[in-house]
Amino acid sequence: MAIRERLSGNEAVAYAIKQINPDVMPAFPITPSTEIPQFVSTFISNGEIDTEFIPVESEHSAMSAAIGAEAAGCRTLTATSSCGMALMWEELYVAASNRLPLALALVNRALSGPININCDHSDSMGARDTGWIQIYAENNQEAYDNFIQAFRISEHKDVRLPIMICQDGFITSHAVENIELIEDDRVKAFVGSYEPEQYLLNPDMPMAVGPYATSPYYMETKMAQNTAMKNAKQVILDIAKEFEEISGRKYSFFEEYRLDDADYAIVIIGSAAGTTKEAIDELRAEGKKVGLLKIRVFRPFPGDEIAKALSHTKAVAILDRSEGFRAGGGPLSAEVKEHLYDIGASTKAVSYIYGLGGRDYRVDDAKKVFAELYDMIENGIEIPQYQYIGLRK
Amino acid sequence: MAYNFKEVMNKPERLAPGHRMCAGCGGTIAVRTVLRALHEGDKAVIGNATGCLEVSSFMYPYTAYEDSYIHNAFENAGATLSGVETAYNVLKKKGKLNDTYKFITFGGDGGTYDIGLQSLSGAMERGHDMVYVCYDNGAYMNTGIQRSSATPMYADTTTTPVGKVSNGKMQNRKDLAQIIAAHDIPYVGQSTLLGNMRDLYEKSEKAIYTPGAAFLNVMAPCPRGWRYPTEQIMDICRLAVETCYWPLFEVIEGKWSLSYEPKNKLPIEDFLKTQGRFKHLFKPENEHLLVQYQEEVDRRWEDLQFRCSKN
Repeated sequence: MAIRERLSGNEAVAYAIKQINPDVMPAFPITPSTEIPQFVSTFISNGEIDTEFIPVESEHSAMSAAIGAEAAGCRTLTATSSCGMALMWEELYVAASNRLPLALALVNRALSGPININCDHSDSMGARDTGWIQIYAENNQEAYDNFIQAFRISEHKDVRLPIMICQDGFITSHAVENIELIEDDRVKAFVGSYEPEQYLLNPDMPMAVGPYATSPYYMETKMAQNTAMKNAKQVILDIAKEFEEISGRKYSFFEEYRLDDADYAIVIIGSAAGTTKEAIDELRAEGKKVGLLKIRVFRPFPGDEIAKALSHTKAVAILDRSEGFRAGGGPLSAEVKEHLYDIGASTKAVSYIYGLGGRDYRVDDAKKVFAELYDMIENGIEIPQYQYIGLRK
Repeated sequence: MAYNFKEVMNKPERLAPGHRMCAGCGGTIAVRTVLRALHEGDKAVIGNATGCLEVSSFMYPYTAYEDSYIHNAFENAGATLSGVETAYNVLKKKGKLNDTYKFITFGGDGGTYDIGLQSLSGAMERGHDMVYVCYDNGAYMNTGIQRSSATPMYADTTTTPVGKVSNGKMQNRKDLAQIIAAHDIPYVGQSTLLGNMRDLYEKSEKAIYTPGAAFLNVMAPCPRGWRYPTEQIMDICRLAVETCYWPLFEVIEGKWSLSYEPKNKLPIEDFLKTQGRFKHLFKPENEHLLVQYQEEVDRRWEDLQFRCSKN
């Protein structure tokens, strides 16, 4: 029987870590992810898990030590947010190019400056091209479920890439919600043990990691990473199917909410999807055909699938919780638009920026976005193709 | 057991020939000597900060190391090996590994004194059972002889070039061995390449087989950066020791001791004049700089003697 609980997002991820009982966790505290290493340290102190915690002196060292431990043959993870991940930046690339399937519990927070501890996606979006798999959660249940699936995806022999499990800082990480947990033995059976083929501490076969690769070799390593990222798509779907068997909960690349007959849609990532669903329910009650596409998997980017799911709509608003500073919209909007163009969709796409540094995104904000899409199509009113939601006047 | 040069030299090489380090490189000699101190039968994971050694000894698809090896980046050799050593403890604890492994990481002075100091300090403070070996050639040689905090005073480097109004690097060297000793780790040693290599070999063996964190600072001349004929390397190292520019010492469980005390301490000029990077100091108008240099060497030497006398 599933276990009914009330947990915050950080507690939920820590609970998943406890059930997985990974080998090594190096970490350095940063708000709002600090609780995750604290909870894990407490589990260790009480003998509930036998993970080795390395209290490193910085996030750069957290990722560096994680790379060392994973290369040595241990299932390894860390947790961070915002500037902590920015300090890891160089190491994110090293982890991915060395094909080390370690996991990062990322609690999304704005990057400095000004310094701000609240949610936006500028940290993980900045790392979108580092070669990590990125999976996002709307709520605590999804954060927990995604973490349980993480190592199965990253360690898969067709993938072998590091994975980032993202949730929204404070909104998800600190808010307590009802949650359904899976029994320990079923989680352990699902995740399994880590049996790497090649690793530093293999007495039968020494191994060298982290070469200097000149031009005749470097490019092939990038192509190999790209192939692994392509392979990750099928693996993510397969693992989701297996996960459904033990949990009863369905996962895919994205969730479609009242989208199949919608004329107007919002594309969004993370906790703001819940707010958008509320707006959709209210507008549907008024007879308006509106829907949502909530991205779960951002890397690999399921572009064609997203474009196909949106192609029947008249217009979509793509809402980014991070600035790209290309003076034309955020990263999600750029990528969705690329794929709409590729499949020749006639859907109009408009870019919005919302929720930076923890700015509220309310039901009325979502309704206003739908109203603008409607005005643009039905009344021929010109609207800005790139705008901020909820700015101070 | 007494040091037997012939026996030690006949141990199997753990750094294979065919790497691309310069002829006469002091760093390579240091690495070979340190690795020779591993007991036969013991396995090792070798770490390496980015630098000359790394780009020359593990150029894809060839590695020069007989043991497992990991290079991560420039500033994190300490943290990287912390992770490897922790993984070893986990695999041992879980009964997945029977063999004995030792953990040794190499970094130049750039990766150790400067960009990697935080990562090194963290690893030493946490007490991982590993040895960090700095092969100190006194500048960023891999990028082309830029000054580091290990560069000696008045050295001519490409970022402290001697010019009409400059006599090279204005600051004195950082005393890294003292900084690491202040971490109160079980073993710190300072050595260089001397005679039959006994000093470096024995310190390496102690560092590797002392449980807990250990640090070795090895002066490793660079013929390109220091500007001397390659065959003079052993003379230069000897003069560094005989002038007390590079004293040999150990700090064991916090107790300082000199490994060697010159009977007749030679003037610092004897060391400086062997190298092109100090050529400008021998112009008649720079005589006062040599006087000042000698005073600084004397001050540091007396300070070290005082620390060693307290035991």
